[in-house]
Amino acid sequence: MIYLDNSATTKPEASVLKSFEKVSTDFFANPSSIHPLGGESEKLLHQAKNQAAKLLEVARSEIVFTSGGTEGNNLAIKGIALEHQHRGKHIITTAVEHASVYEACKSLEKLGFNITYLPVNQDGVINVNDLQATIQDDTILISVMHVNSELGSIQPIKEVGAIAKRHPKLFFHVDHVQGLGKVPLSLKDSGIDLCTMSGHKIHGLKGTGLLYIRNRTTLFPLFHGGAQEQAKRSGTENLAGAVSFVRALRLILEKERTHKHELLQMQQYIREELENLPSVFVNTPLHAAPHIINFSVPGVKPEVLIHLLAENDIYISTKSACSSKQTDESEILAACGLPKERTTSALRVSLTYTNTMEELQQFMSILRRNIQQLKKVME
Amino acid sequence: MQYDHILIRYGEMALKGKNIKAFILRLQENIQNKLQDYKNVKVKRTQGRMFVLLNGHDPKPIIDKCKHIFGIQSLSLAIKEENDPDKVKEAALYALKKNAAASTFKVTVKRINKDFPIRSQEFNHVVGRHLLTNTNGITVDVHQPDVEIKIEIRNEATYITSSVVQGAGGLPVGTSGKSLLLLSGGIDSPVAGYLAMKRGVQLEAIHFHSPPFTSERAKQKVLDLAKQLTQYGKSIQVHLVPFTKLQQEIFRQIPDGYAMTTMRRIMMRISEKVCQEQGILSITTGENLGQVASQTMESMNVINEVTNYPILRPLVAMDKTEIIDIAKKIGTYETSILPYEDCCTVFVPKSPKTKPKREKANHFEAKADLSEWVEEALQNIETIKITSGQGNTYENLF
Repeated sequence: MIYLDNSATTKPEASVLKSFEKVSTDFFANPSSIHPLGGESEKLLHQAKNQAAKLLEVARSEIVFTSGGTEGNNLAIKGIALEHQHRGKHIITTAVEHASVYEACKSLEKLGFNITYLPVNQDGVINVNDLQATIQDDTILISVMHVNSELGSIQPIKEVGAIAKRHPKLFFHVDHVQGLGKVPLSLKDSGIDLCTMSGHKIHGLKGTGLLYIRNRTTLFPLFHGGAQEQAKRSGTENLAGAVSFVRALRLILEKERTHKHELLQMQQYIREELENLPSVFVNTPLHAAPHIINFSVPGVKPEVLIHLLAENDIYISTKSACSSKQTDESEILAACGLPKERTTSALRVSLTYTNTMEELQQFMSILRRNIQQLKKVME
Repeated sequence: MQYDHILIRYGEMALKGKNIKAFILRLQENIQNKLQDYKNVKVKRTQGRMFVLLNGHDPKPIIDKCKHIFGIQSLSLAIKEENDPDKVKEAALYALKKNAAASTFKVTVKRINKDFPIRSQEFNHVVGRHLLTNTNGITVDVHQPDVEIKIEIRNEATYITSSVVQGAGGLPVGTSGKSLLLLSGGIDSPVAGYLAMKRGVQLEAIHFHSPPFTSERAKQKVLDLAKQLTQYGKSIQVHLVPFTKLQQEIFRQIPDGYAMTTMRRIMMRISEKVCQEQGILSITTGENLGQVASQTMESMNVINEVTNYPILRPLVAMDKTEIIDIAKKIGTYETSILPYEDCCTVFVPKSPKTKPKREKANHFEAKADLSEWVEEALQNIETIKITSGQGNTYENLF
């Protein structure tokens, strides 16, 4: 199997699963129970937070474990909006966000919020001057993703953070789900108030994740109850999930430090090979995350290519998995101003640290063959 | 060429006289201790300075660790170069170019080695000229430069630095003897311990717990706090005194208004005993004048009567907000505010005297018979050594 759909999800790392199993078995007690078994669970939960805080260079009280990216994004956006609506009802985001940001914002429009969706250039990147110009007195939140899941484009988070800092009344949220472990992001140095991360994109488990909430940031919880997670996310803690997430986080950050150049090499290889093929367009900009390559084969239905590759046990995807069931045009690519023949024929290869050059060579040779065959059929 | 050294400047210990050697050796040992997880990292002394040789390690985590070591005034990442004017010039250029954002600079030359052929003032200009001619758009600003390139020409080599990180100041832990910290689990006592350590104190800690009225978690919290304090020094021995029986007897035999006073006096007596056994010369508390009933001037007078060991009270004149600020800075605050009962919150007299008198306390205690229980508590002290290493019990899960 050659799995090249790592931006949709990754295969859980064996040691992460092991942590999950061990904690589920040995620390099943509720951390809120006052008996010693509960105490053990609580202690482990504290250590998980300490460890996460250390890895991200933030304070323990700023870590909230969640069920993943969608929850993190919803909690950040709706939580800030509902808590601070008396200050204003204007939110700024971009035209290329993940569905969990975009739809959360759409839902707020129904509640009377006013959302600005910033346009992007051909590379999928916003213009910080545009952003600066759209800030109003009643702006309470800026939400910008770090790495785009379809294209791999990187948004200028540091610059946005610097602008946000000059407006102390508003909060700055970053969807870091695709960037985590691939493109470094310093939470403390980038003026970020909230940052979403997900476990299953970094070889962790589905249903695990983390929302960083900077101290002194108040928000309206989505879940009310037993006041777990600093009362920001009630519900009995998923301790095994949290511990396994922290392990996945440590491993991916280590990989990022030591093996990132290998990702870059593989990406470079695919880019060059694809650019040599007539009738193929590479959509991912040059300055991009090292694990995503998006390309279009105009005239060929992407589903057909995906199925042909799957027959050879190779797995890639069309656009972001979360929106691939809706229409056949990629809204993200459309927002970049690409012509329809490219936005309707886009494919995405997404890598991880366990992929190898041999796999990619094999993938390329099969892809080349398939494209040639399809072109012949259609002529 | 690379930044492969960390240059360490001493704090006020540099002002010591003949005994300075002891301070320096202790500091060196403390740094070595703290960096023992980093293979091949070496700590060297030269006259007036100390150096950490990185041997290829990422400097950032090492600087972060050194920042917490008392006795260090400041540290800088440094390039080591031969005492050769041309080589030093190149290193200075490298250091300047590493600061991508800098648009102004200043060069400061310190020539300790008088054999170096060019005098400091002149070399200052030589280097400055070299930097100006080899860069674009960077100018000199001697008053508020973006980057200050410091060149120290020492006997063995020249060190080039371009940024200064503030250290923790104070004196190296272990140069001022041992003190026994009364560690309750609240916000104040860890801060008091930290400040004592800042003055070179090697800490041991004593904690009074009252199971089952206080939980295992309250005890763990105290051990966690001790653990957090070890990052500023060495290992800390924690003496856990089982206090339940004794506390119950105090509250049975001593009138309500004086129960708290007597409890504190007995804590002092037990602490003094521990000091005697462990060769500790003083007691440190988080007491803060006027904060609660036991911390009024009258209470201090009466409680202090039972020991003639010096009691260090680093927080005595601070406001609560100042204490909280330090607790946050040193990382104990979040643990301190975890809501577990400690022995002082379980047995609370209805109306403790804020102005107790020595005669009365002595009178009530003479009538009571507590010695048996004191003896039993002393016999059953549990001592746990907390080390500064990882010590994460669940390490293999993460």
